[in-house]
Amino acid sequence: MSAEEKSMSIIVTKGSLDWAYPPFILATTAAAMGLPVTMFFTFYGLPLLFKKLNLQVTAAGNPAMKMPMAGMHMGLPNLVTAIPGVDAACSVMMKNLIKKKGVASIEELREMAVEAEVRMIACQMTLDLFEYSKDDMIDGIEIGGAATYIECATQADINLFI
Amino acid sequence: MADATLDAKGLNCPLPILKARKALKDVPAGGTLEIVATDPGAVADFQAFCRQTGNELLEHSEADGVYQFLIKKTA
Repeated sequence: MSAEEKSMSIIVTKGSLDWAYPPFILATTAAAMGLPVTMFFTFYGLPLLFKKLNLQVTAAGNPAMKMPMAGMHMGLPNLVTAIPGVDAACSVMMKNLIKKKGVASIEELREMAVEAEVRMIACQMTLDLFEYSKDDMIDGIEIGGAATYIECATQADINLFI
Repeated sequence: MADATLDAKGLNCPLPILKARKALKDVPAGGTLEIVATDPGAVADFQAFCRQTGNELLEHSEADGVYQFLIKKTA
């Protein structure tokens, strides 16, 4: 390991398929580069700790989401994204693309984060607020609040909010 | 001849780095790991990975879209 050990923390606030990538990619890579990493899962990021994941994307309100299709890039107008089944279809397309391009699944990255001993903290307040149970979540996570995170952040060199 | 070889062809960021980290664990100190990859981003990433972890990137090359790296485990 490098002479001076740096560390990183990430606040994970979003739980859609696309937004789940940056925190897990950065956490696993930082851990691979020798940094102790802490992830704090709060609000819509908390469901990323569920044992069973079925992550979805939505094109609504996301004009930059354009997927390669038949040699061009296709986006969807907001009105179309409101049609039932469109988000599900977009999610299937995205997952197929992810597989085809050799990009890891979120499940795979999360497994690697666990293996790399990334510290994962579930926000107690979010658990209460949305009536989630720790029993539905993967093993090895901690429960904590804002003070738990702040203590960690004061000791970390890199603190990200995603 | 490297002590271990990792085939990371077809894998995208950050998988080549994550798998290399795992593979390095089984390489004896001072030994070498050879990695083949097709992710063009791996060139900059393996350089950064080695600078940060203190391992030595002995050589890297590219031929027909396949990138080859040789890392010496010095950390």
